[in-house]
Amino acid sequence: METPSVLRRLLALLPTGRVLVEAPALAAYESDGLTAFRTRPLAVVVPETQDEVIAAVRFCHAEKLPFVARGSGTSLSGGSLPVAGGIVITLNRLNRIVRLDPAQRIAVVEPGVVNSAVTLAAQPHGLHYAPDPSSQPVCTIGGNVAFNAGGAHCLKYGMTSNHVLGLKAVLATGEVVEFGGASREQVGPDWTGLFVGNEGLFGIALEITVQLLPRAETFHTVLAGYQTLEQAGDAVSAVVASGLLPGALEIMDALALEAAVAAVHADYPPGCEAVAIVELEGPREVVAADRLRLEEILAKSGAVEVRVAKDAAERLAIWKGRKSAFSAVGRLSPDFIVQDGVVPRRRLGEALRKISGWSREMGVRCANVFHAGDGNLHPLILYDGREAGALERAEQLAGKILRMCIEMGGSITGEHGVGVEKREYLPEMFGAEEMDCLKRIRAAFDPLGIANPGKMFPEKNAPTLTQHGLHPLEQAGVISRE
Amino acid sequence: MLSPGSISNLVECVRSAPRVIAIGAGTKPRLSRVATDVVRLSTLKLSGIVEYEPSEFTFTALAGTPLRDIAAALAEKGQYLPFDPMLAEAGATLGGTVAAGLSGPGRFRFGGLRDFILGVRFVDGEGRLLRLGGKVVKNAAGFDLPKFFVGSAGRFGALAEISFKVFPRAVTALTLRIEAGDAVAVGRILAEAANTRWELDALEAVPAERAVMTRLVGPAAAIEVLAKEILGRWPGAVLGEAEAAAFWRGTAEFAWAHPGGTLVKVAVTPADVPALLSLPAAHVRVSAGGNAGYVSLPGGAALPELRWPAVTLRGEAPLWPGAKPRFEIMRAVKSSLDPRSRFPNLDE
Ligand SMILES: Cc1cc2nc3c(=O)[nH]c(=O)nc-3n(C[C@H](O)[C@H](O)[C@H](O)COP(=O)(O)OP(=O)(O)OC[C@H]3O[C@@H](n4cnc5c(N)ncnc54)[C@H](O)[C@@H]3O)c2cc1C
Repeated sequence: METPSVLRRLLALLPTGRVLVEAPALAAYESDGLTAFRTRPLAVVVPETQDEVIAAVRFCHAEKLPFVARGSGTSLSGGSLPVAGGIVITLNRLNRIVRLDPAQRIAVVEPGVVNSAVTLAAQPHGLHYAPDPSSQPVCTIGGNVAFNAGGAHCLKYGMTSNHVLGLKAVLATGEVVEFGGASREQVGPDWTGLFVGNEGLFGIALEITVQLLPRAETFHTVLAGYQTLEQAGDAVSAVVASGLLPGALEIMDALALEAAVAAVHADYPPGCEAVAIVELEGPREVVAADRLRLEEILAKSGAVEVRVAKDAAERLAIWKGRKSAFSAVGRLSPDFIVQDGVVPRRRLGEALRKISGWSREMGVRCANVFHAGDGNLHPLILYDGREAGALERAEQLAGKILRMCIEMGGSITGEHGVGVEKREYLPEMFGAEEMDCLKRIRAAFDPLGIANPGKMFPEKNAPTLTQHGLHPLEQAGVISRE
Repeated sequence: MLSPGSISNLVECVRSAPRVIAIGAGTKPRLSRVATDVVRLSTLKLSGIVEYEPSEFTFTALAGTPLRDIAAALAEKGQYLPFDPMLAEAGATLGGTVAAGLSGPGRFRFGGLRDFILGVRFVDGEGRLLRLGGKVVKNAAGFDLPKFFVGSAGRFGALAEISFKVFPRAVTALTLRIEAGDAVAVGRILAEAANTRWELDALEAVPAERAVMTRLVGPAAAIEVLAKEILGRWPGAVLGEAEAAAFWRGTAEFAWAHPGGTLVKVAVTPADVPALLSLPAAHVRVSAGGNAGYVSLPGGAALPELRWPAVTLRGEAPLWPGAKPRFEIMRAVKSSLDPRSRFPNLDE
């Protein structure tokens, strides 16, 4: 095939080896964590410096060429799915920790730095980076910033945006901006806050300043087993109502437990339909006092059994079961979709009842593992893509769940972003004028609509559906989904 | 001055004039001191808590609701806004607090106002009533306009209603006064105390007295042990209850600042503290473990040059007297929300 002239100009712009155009090389970038979709880009740019990223974006602006920034491609909503006829700019080689300042408790990192690498670098100083998506061994800070990634500690510590103090970015217009800085306080409108969660629609983050927190001295991790999912939900509500502020509050249902047992030999109290995981953390004296209150609450919660992690290894085992649960459930089925809608916490029981009712009616299996503390559901909808109509039924159930979240006054996404997957639902959560406002903001950052087009906002042309299944990294056992 | 008494009335008021700005109780008057042709919209009648769900840790209130009322309603359920909103006794409103982007000493532990705001309803420059963000504690749908409004000084829209996340409040607290010796020691103690196992709730400095003030909250038996440990490391004392309450009240109300003078907030880092403390002729307070500074000058005194981002809350100084990055995107976002500059521009 003849090289299109725009590619020749792109090849001429950047040093040799930075632009991938051959089919086998491009194949690796066709999809992300939402494996049901696949698109081949025109080329993939692999910059090694911030200046090369800036040059590539300015080139796209001059040529009106669509581009998709990419970290590790673990987005579960199709955020990093390429655009046909556009390029992918992959940021994995921009992976320097520019500065780590333990006295100020901040780190300045390039976007390709992997999430857990930040905590690893901070550890010798007794510090850590709080946002902990289960994909943290591979996902990048740039991807986290674009998607405002969450994790298991959001009720107490917030999401990525609560930990980003400043950033440098090249916008889709080619303008290079610096927002915020090293201070935890700021002055004037919160530009940094506006940038975080833009889903790659504003431009590319080049350097990110994050705050680091002292690592908690003590953890107290409890696993409580219940005969019904509702009892587990009630237990979580009781803990929250008591005035305790646990670091994490999670629930797994029967199907999720079964899968975790099969996959990582997790061990749960027999005869349980659900378990709740509660983790207290803080100075040892505070935790010692709080755990007495927690024990009192759990004793009255109708638990079949309450297990306390006696040491770091037992704590890790509890979390391993929890964090591996989703990919474990995924192994029970060839294909699956993960949703991450949010409902008000007090309506969790009702939401779960509805989901299991629909799941029975429609004959679509659905497992639940979720952040109960902040009402963030994670229904995992199982289907077999080879079966005619199965994907459609799964998507129907997913749609019902999203609409329920909106009706209950919640959100269609707590942490995975809108992406391609939920773009049709955003106008159900927001009115026409709000959508217009969001589009105008987008147009301010990207008047040509070249940065990650087709994401977040509904569009006529649907991306190509293809094969399904576990993310390649999940198949390899590197990460698991939450 | 117009005083809308309902949200629909607020929309009408915004539409009624070519140039408007919303004003709360006027406790940060410099933010709204703009040209006289700009019509003032008082939010004081736009007051009340619309929704409060203690079990959800969330509430929604009208923009003109006094912080005082909110704190009282939350306290009844053992909850609070962890960033310790400022100037509550002076009558500050929720909307004015968002527009000023002001957080108090408690921001040290769990973050500032920006970390607790969940959603906004506001009237944009075209007079449209828009709702962005959400009402639940976790939400990643759409761009984060609620955060953008924090510190935006009423320049992008008129806030009508705001949703926040809240936390349960610990029943006991202890306040410690640490004697630092000199300015360098103040900076050092701030940095060191912040990275410990203690999980301090607040960390402030009173440079005039060469003192660092800190607060512990939690179970009484636990924080007493932690207090002893802290006082084993640095000389100081636990304050009596009344004295502690007076200190935190005085901090929240800027009781230490020159009355009628200039009051400026600066965004700094702990490393900047010695330079901040050497500003000529100024009273300075350091907040948030060395991340916020407040500079006070008597009326008529000129503000020294500031090399940090800064905003003037009261007095004659320019609105943004410090470092002031300006990018083309800032103008573009302004015109997307307010194409005809119905609200003043950032630099007006
Ligand atoms: C097994 C598994 C578990 C997961 N668990 C969680 C979880 O617990 N919590 C959670 O929140 N998410 C989770 N996710 C989703 C995903 O990991 C997050 O959304 C993550 O933030 C994506 O990071 P990434 O580096 O893979 O980004 P990518 O998927 O490559 O990109 C994501 C988006 O960010 C944009 N982008 C990437 N880099 C930049 C940049 N430098 N500048 C601007 N835009 C950029 C892309 O265009 C795209 O829109 C999980 C995913 C998997 C596969």
